[in-house]
Amino acid sequence: MIVKELIPLIEGKLVCGDPDSSHQMKLAFASDLMSDVLTLDSNNPLLITGLCNLQTIRTAEMADIHVIIFARNKKVTEEMIHLATQHNMMLIETPYSIFRISGILYKHGIKPIY
Amino acid sequence: MHFNFEVEGGNFSKAGSASSEIKKILNQLNVDYRIIKRIVVALYEAEVNVVAHAYRGWIDANIDTDKIQLTLTDEGPGIPDIEKAMKPGFSTASAKVREMGFGAGMGLPNIRKNVDEFDLKSEVGKGTKLEFTVFINSE
Repeated sequence: MIVKELIPLIEGKLVCGDPDSSHQMKLAFASDLMSDVLTLDSNNPLLITGLCNLQTIRTAEMADIHVIIFARNKKVTEEMIHLATQHNMMLIETPYSIFRISGILYKHGIKPIY
Repeated sequence: MHFNFEVEGGNFSKAGSASSEIKKILNQLNVDYRIIKRIVVALYEAEVNVVAHAYRGWIDANIDTDKIQLTLTDEGPGIPDIEKAMKPGFSTASAKVREMGFGAGMGLPNIRKNVDEFDLKSEVGKGTKLEFTVFINSE
C-alpha cells in the first residue's frame, strides 16, 4: 500500500512528506511506548501511535520507520515536521482511534509484526 | 575515529541528537544497516536514560574497522541496585519521562540485547558509567 491509498481509508491528512511517494507499506506496529517500538527487529514498519512529540520522531529515526500515523487528532508540531523532513518521513494525522486505524489497515492487507 | 558529545540532563527536546549524529557518521562510513540499527537503538535508549535521570553526561564514541565502542558517563543520582535496574519492567522514571514514551523499564534490557559487550557501573550520589561494544563482523 502506498500513502495515496492509505490516506482516504483513515480520513488522514498528510502533514509532512511527499503525497506521491511510491514507498510501499507492508507491516505495521501500534504503540504509545517508544521503548517498545525500539525493540522491533522488522525493517521499515509503519507506526500507529497516540504519542505526539519530538521523541516519537527521534524513535522513528532510530528504528528506521518512515511513516507515522497519529491517532485521535493529535497535532504534529513544526519542530516535529522539521526533524521528520530531514529523515524523509511521512507524518499523517487522523481523527480515528488506534483501534480503528489498525482494523482498517489489517483488513486492507497490512500485516502485523507479532 | 573518535567523537565526543555532551548530554544535557532534563532536556528532552535535545534527547537523541547525539544518537542521530552517530547514525549519520555510521551511514557515511557504509556500515551495515543492521549493525547501525543495533548501535543507534542502544545508544538512543542510553542517551534518553542520561536525559531522564542524570544532571549531565558525556558520550564517547570510538569507531574502528572491526568494532564500535560507546561510553556514556554521567553525573547524577546513580543506580543503587544494578541487578534490579536490569530487570525488564523495573523503572524509577518520572511522569515527565513516561509522557515522552519511555520509563517502562525496557531501556537497559533493550540496550543489553542489542550489543555484544555490556558493562554498567554506578556510584550512588555520583553517577553512572555505561560502556558497550558492537562488533562489526559479528553477524
